[in-house]
Amino acid sequence: MQIYATELIGSETYDDQGHFVGRVREFFIEPAEQPNRVSRFLLSRGRFAPLLARHDQVAQVAPGTIRLNCSERALEIYRPNEAWLAVRKDLLDQQIIDTKGRKVVRVNDVDLAEQRTNGNVELRLTQVDVGLPGAVRRLLQGVLAPAVVRKLQSNLPARTIRWEFVNLIEPDPLRRVKLRITHEKLEDLHPADLAEIMEHLSAAERQGIIASLDEETAASVLAELDERLTTQIVEKLDPEKAADILEEMAPDAAADLLAELPKETSEELLDEMPGLEAAEVRELLAFDPATAGGMMNTDFVFLGESSTREEVLQWMRSQDLNFDQLDTVVLLDGAAQFSGTVSVARIMMSGADQPLGELKTEPLLSVTADADEADVFDLFDKYNLRMLTVVDEHSRPMGAITVDDVVSRLVKK
Amino acid sequence: MNWAELSKWSEQLQARGTDFQKRVRSLRRRLALLLAVVGPGLITSNVDNDAGGISVYTQAGAQYGYTLLWSLIPMTIALYVIGEMCARMGVVTGKGLSDLIREEFGFRPTFFVMIAGFFVDLANVVAEFAGVAAAMEIFHVSKYIAVPIAAILVWVLVLRGTYRQVEIIFLVACVLYLSYVVSAIFAKPDWLEAARHTAIPSMHFNAGYLLMLTGLIGTTIAPWQFFYMQAGFVEKKVSVRQYPQARADVLIGSISCMVIVFFIIVCTAATLYASGQRGITDAAEAAKALVPLAGKWAGTLFAFGLLNASLFAASILPLSTAHVICEGLGFEAGIDNKFKEAPIFYWLYTILIVVGAGIVLLPHAPLWKILIFSQVGNGFWLPVVLIFILLLVNRRDLMGEYVNTVTFNAVAWVTAIAMIALTLVLTYTSLFPGSALAPTP
Repeated sequence: MQIYATELIGSETYDDQGHFVGRVREFFIEPAEQPNRVSRFLLSRGRFAPLLARHDQVAQVAPGTIRLNCSERALEIYRPNEAWLAVRKDLLDQQIIDTKGRKVVRVNDVDLAEQRTNGNVELRLTQVDVGLPGAVRRLLQGVLAPAVVRKLQSNLPARTIRWEFVNLIEPDPLRRVKLRITHEKLEDLHPADLAEIMEHLSAAERQGIIASLDEETAASVLAELDERLTTQIVEKLDPEKAADILEEMAPDAAADLLAELPKETSEELLDEMPGLEAAEVRELLAFDPATAGGMMNTDFVFLGESSTREEVLQWMRSQDLNFDQLDTVVLLDGAAQFSGTVSVARIMMSGADQPLGELKTEPLLSVTADADEADVFDLFDKYNLRMLTVVDEHSRPMGAITVDDVVSRLVKK
Repeated sequence: MNWAELSKWSEQLQARGTDFQKRVRSLRRRLALLLAVVGPGLITSNVDNDAGGISVYTQAGAQYGYTLLWSLIPMTIALYVIGEMCARMGVVTGKGLSDLIREEFGFRPTFFVMIAGFFVDLANVVAEFAGVAAAMEIFHVSKYIAVPIAAILVWVLVLRGTYRQVEIIFLVACVLYLSYVVSAIFAKPDWLEAARHTAIPSMHFNAGYLLMLTGLIGTTIAPWQFFYMQAGFVEKKVSVRQYPQARADVLIGSISCMVIVFFIIVCTAATLYASGQRGITDAAEAAKALVPLAGKWAGTLFAFGLLNASLFAASILPLSTAHVICEGLGFEAGIDNKFKEAPIFYWLYTILIVVGAGIVLLPHAPLWKILIFSQVGNGFWLPVVLIFILLLVNRRDLMGEYVNTVTFNAVAWVTAIAMIALTLVLTYTSLFPGSALAPTP
């Protein structure tokens, strides 16, 4: 049978002799033992110390009444425990992340299922109610008879989330560990969805989530977040962790982020980062953000113009390349100067030993690092570019601007 | 003067120059920091001067001249004290007031606060559209044209704009309140007398005077404004580090609100009170009466001020109400969402505007009764909201080191109790106009 948390709270509890023991004020789940079993009921008894009934001491549960299979003496005295999840305090009315619907929602009620095991009854948390039925129960429970309330809410459209898809939000890291809250489910979400979820949370909650994600996910989420939030988050992170996350980000994104931070903080973070990455980011930081140099990414693939498809494929497979940047490759001539670009699609279609130089995309376009961002936008628009090469004064490629850099800049305007 | 002295002198000058540059630069940086945060406090405090408020200020000046001006200073303090607590809560917890009430007090109290808020705010919206109608009638525009246009304008503004755009329009509306300053200058008041009455309290113990004082304070501090202000700081993602700027925003807002009230009272005191037209009952009437006394421009600007204030409040109230209700009951809210993402939010918003404007258009609408209801509603709702605010802001688990200090708590509770007592008196006299305390017409 299904039973709701609102029906359980305030239930009268009787011992095996039928004597009244107390009313249910709260019930707990012990995530360390079982993730969804109601393991203890807190019974308040007016001016006497509250008692705890364990799950194996419960014989029968119905809306409004609980019967125990032992006497009052067998119950232990209640002592608060941080490792228990209190359904009423920690779950009801709080915000949770619905990892399936990719949203932040507020819990109206909790649905429980009854399960009989040898001689006692266990309640298992099946889903949380975030819709109207739960709201109606919360409003009317105790005002009308439980049966009437049940009838009233049964015709309303349900909105529930299965317990497996619920991710609790707990800003306190110690409590998070005790309650076994991991953010593995969040790591499976698309970074853009996770970023949107984070915008709905408070600063402490955001901090908690970023701190417990792995660096790679954290980096891609930060890249998607509102600028004001990224700087707030990074400033509050432990510098070592922040540097690890920055290292995972694309150098241009890392540079954009660092540019927003106070000088001392960004210097401290750069010092924490490994030399090569830090040098790359420092180089980018030197450019004016409103120029091609400020937009470009120094991670790009370049090849000699005389190489052929087979050579290229073999080389690419042997490298640990970032697929985001593998749309177009930059070609170099004998003097290591920019000679053009080739899209990867064209390489796929080419003959096995045709030199790449013959496949160049016309016209040959490149800009210098000091080119104004408006000119860059115009070029992307006019030639429908997906990538534009940035060269230095000796016409040597130093970076590339990709279409996503352009789009995110334009959206910000 | 020898060379050594001269070069030393020039060095000193240079040093002073760079010092000055540095100071300018730090001032500019501080200003930029402030501008990033400014908005919620300034906007909310100014919306206090809405149609109902302006009518009361007009009456205060017309009936009692400058003698009520001293009350503006304690009112500024009350406005600031309560506003600051909400700003602090928003910045520290990152959550709206209705969110916090829901999380800390449960579903049922939240539900009743929200439902009460809906009806009280609806009555307030009606009052705002009535203000639009009254102001436009001075410009010889029928309310059957003015009110629907105003309603559509307000509806589209918020629906089509992003939070930032809407906020900029609201900030411009704040500046337009300055029309009252100009109006007051046209009225050629006795500035010295006005200043004296502002600085030195003078109590008159007759029922009419006390009641006007109560009305003045009661209309200035409305319960919904604190929800709006806190939500504003949350939506702006103001961080704890920016708290000093948020506090400055609230302070600037409280003061600028009272400055406008000052000019409205001074304007009507210098003209209507001085010429004996003390029975004026609303702002539109005052605007008409101003024309022969202070010139056409003074009257026009006064009416324009009323129009601006009514439109401004009519755009914010429905928005704030829809926001607060959805937040508290767990529906998607906020104008950065699309219609599909937050249907209940947009429906509530639309209903408030359509019903609010619609009632004003009814041929025999009992507008006077609705105005009284809005005042009574505010009076009942304010104590509840104030007590929730004070309970929440004192919770160490929510606020950490930012809980109220003992001194601040003392000031806040005194303010709250005084506010509650005053609004209850106002409510009582609005409900029973025949009682001994009621104003003489």
